[in-house]
Amino acid sequence: MAEPSVSGTSIPRLDGPAKVMGRAKYALDLDIPGAAHGVAVRADRAHARIIGVDASKAEALPGVIAVVTAASVAPIDVRFGHISRDHPALAVDKVRYAGEPVALVVAETRRAAEKAARLVRVTYEDLPAVIDAEDALADGAPLLHEVHPGRTGDEGFHNTGADALEGNLCAANLIEWGDLEAELAAADVVVEGEYRYPMLYGYAMEPYNATALFEEGTLTVYTTAQHPYMVRDDLARMFALPLARVRVVVPYVGGGYGTKSYTKVEPLAALGAYATGRPVRVALSVEEAIFTTRSDGAVIRARSAFKSDGTLLARDFDIVMNSGAYSDNSPLVCAKLAARAFGPYRLNALRVRCRSAFTNTTPASSLRGFGAPQGNLAGELQMDEAADRLGIDARELRLLNVVRPGEEILPGKRGIDADLAADLELLTESLGWGEREGVGFGLAASDAGAHPTSTALVRIHGDGSASCAIGATELGQGSRTVLSQILADGLGLPFEKVSIVQSDTGVVAYERTTGASRTTTLVGRSLLAACDDARRRIRELAAEYAADVQDAPGGVVADGEHLSYGAVIRKWFGSGGEVVGVGAIRRHGEFEKLPPFWEIGASGVAVSVDEETGRVVVEQLTTVGDVGFAINPLLVHGQDLGAATMTLGAALSEELVYDGTTLSNPNVVEYRVPRVSDMPAKIDQILAERRDGIGPFGAKGGGEGAGNTIGAAVAAAVGRLLGRYPRELPLTPERVWRLAQEAAPDRETEAVRG
Amino acid sequence: MTMTTTRISGTINGREVTTEVDNATLLLDLLRDLGLTGAKPSCEMEVCGACAVQLDGLPVSACTTLAIELDGRTVETVEGLAQSADALHPVQRAFLQKSAFQCGFCTPGMIMSAKALLEANPSPSRDDVVHWLEGSICRCTGYESIVEAVLEAAEEMRNG
Ligand code: FES
Ligand code: FES
Repeated sequence: MAEPSVSGTSIPRLDGPAKVMGRAKYALDLDIPGAAHGVAVRADRAHARIIGVDASKAEALPGVIAVVTAASVAPIDVRFGHISRDHPALAVDKVRYAGEPVALVVAETRRAAEKAARLVRVTYEDLPAVIDAEDALADGAPLLHEVHPGRTGDEGFHNTGADALEGNLCAANLIEWGDLEAELAAADVVVEGEYRYPMLYGYAMEPYNATALFEEGTLTVYTTAQHPYMVRDDLARMFALPLARVRVVVPYVGGGYGTKSYTKVEPLAALGAYATGRPVRVALSVEEAIFTTRSDGAVIRARSAFKSDGTLLARDFDIVMNSGAYSDNSPLVCAKLAARAFGPYRLNALRVRCRSAFTNTTPASSLRGFGAPQGNLAGELQMDEAADRLGIDARELRLLNVVRPGEEILPGKRGIDADLAADLELLTESLGWGEREGVGFGLAASDAGAHPTSTALVRIHGDGSASCAIGATELGQGSRTVLSQILADGLGLPFEKVSIVQSDTGVVAYERTTGASRTTTLVGRSLLAACDDARRRIRELAAEYAADVQDAPGGVVADGEHLSYGAVIRKWFGSGGEVVGVGAIRRHGEFEKLPPFWEIGASGVAVSVDEETGRVVVEQLTTVGDVGFAINPLLVHGQDLGAATMTLGAALSEELVYDGTTLSNPNVVEYRVPRVSDMPAKIDQILAERRDGIGPFGAKGGGEGAGNTIGAAVAAAVGRLLGRYPRELPLTPERVWRLAQEAAPDRETEAVRG
Repeated sequence: MTMTTTRISGTINGREVTTEVDNATLLLDLLRDLGLTGAKPSCEMEVCGACAVQLDGLPVSACTTLAIELDGRTVETVEGLAQSADALHPVQRAFLQKSAFQCGFCTPGMIMSAKALLEANPSPSRDDVVHWLEGSICRCTGYESIVEAVLEAAEEMRNG
């Protein structure tokens, strides 16, 4: 393909004018005529058998249409789940976490539904609850699932540890090679420690909401979902409908970051619609959203063995994830966390054991970088600790051990498609490593892109313009703009002559998911394949009138004459008409080897600490976006800064805290996300474009890598200032103050030793 | 159950509106019921700024303001700033130029807060902007582009 002319430029976002004018309609803004409102009655305890539900008072309230329970919609099986179908939309027989929906009140107004929901009386028989993940895996722990949920069997979720699951084990993964014991015995230095990564609430600012209706035998749902096709599949299973009879439509989405991947409140809205025959909207408050999905917290025990010359010999990780009451996406997070903990380094031996535990807490699922930030905290902090103990510079230690382009970090997987050593040089130079205090940085490589299934439909119209229908969702990452740039280049058309329709399963072609930074790379490639197919069709039509037909930008050259696409189409049809091209990629050929690409993380910070108060101030943030080729550089910068900022929140303030069996901070007052005043005074965003990706024009994914190393980087920077490395996030003032107190005696001794 | 309602008259985006509202109705719900969905509900606790509108020129959180407070007053929402993409307010233009949003959910509130700032202080320093926007959360951008957009809008408005 010719060099791109539209890709590679920071074209203004297509969605810009609608968004700054307040005209962009999110699912929450849609006006569905005749819609009733559903509000969930939620469990007020963590683990209990449901004895009875008395809805009589609620039903008597004016405006109330129905009170729906799992029993009232029988024989519909209300459970959903793309990996394990274990998550009831409305509790069946028992509740497994405080905040779980037990019933859905449907009323004419949201206010009436809220009022009625408070009048529904649920009687329970309490059961012992377990909140901590390690307690949950201990012998004799209260059991969440009496019958262990099986797997749905989707090939894309193989390797999610379905074997030998028992008790509260939700998933388990083991990665192992080499002779670990021998390497440990041969080591000169072994760094050992236990690290803790908090449970997080992603806080996408548009809370979960969906509106569902049944019409002409088809279930239609408008929702704020990242993966409309995954939601479609769950709903089809629940209502025993053919896939063709479920339509999921996603308009503008108010923030995703993984928190809106897979099914959330769509089943509630659909059950409401099923029970009442009305369109039903379920729009959660932020508090309810916190009770819907969080990310997996993790405790990581790690050992790293080195030779005295700095050679990393072996690593050993034992990880326990707190995954909440239902599987959701945690089995995949478990597999990813296992693969992302040990870092992009050469190792003679490795053992990673990662276990995901069911607990009586909000179900956990994906969040930006799923698994990577958790594992990176332990993996990278041990590189820093080891550097100190070995007396080797922390950058040099990484350069010594990091894999070079093409080398494998996981046997049988695609070799690394990036130059991490070069990224590290860019990063440390920007941060002034070696010249100032309080610097922290790290590397990460994530097996990204998810399962490479993607299809695209390109239509060239009678006037020579083109549109494309694809299932990838515009979450704010700018995919509509980027894919339009690729479409324009794929057909040799100006940007103004192309358009993209997204995320309506009734209209667009299949797309597995929108996540794991896959869209530019994988969807971009299926889109280019569809462009090739459409151009081939155009040449075929032209060949019916000409002996010699050659490809040309925006059309063909037929017997020496340039004909635009439009001219070819009009001539062949006589009147009207269009040409349709289809493109597909699958796990085959150059996409056979997984992952399709590696998502690189190379970010760092410079911080200062007020030892009196424990407050950490981030002075500088640097991101190196190793994205192969930036189709739209401005959008890449936006993604990188957004990802890094989100992890700064996890590093410094964000944490869901359980007090006994209740969540003590289910609101964004007490759960503190980064504000504008938290931003570093200096931000340096570097792009490394080496055209080494599998995507269009050498591109590969971006958008989560920049955040993956930030937790460890902040901890390392603080540790260097205090003389002791923290091992637990977030670094709240209280924790930092404590650490400073603990470290003070050591520092005095060192000062004496001089 | 009887609801107490009040008849109110006020101006919304330059248009006189007279309506009967339940005393407990929030300004945000009133606006959204009128089809003005630019202001968004998010935290519903007056901490995120997604629902910011201007009431008699001052920025308020529509999620914690009662609709009856509109009586005799003037409210402006993001929809009131421009009738077409060719006639944007300088703040809107600057947000476009600096790509100061991604998902855009926080954007209407950000723009209204920023506009109120520039009306109160036409020459804000960077610190002034940061201080003013402390009550506006954005989860996508990392804020840098937003602060730059506000400073750029200030300059454009000063230069007229
Ligand atoms: S929704 Fe009003 S301030 Fe957050
Ligand atoms: S642009 Fe998404 S929250 Fe600000």
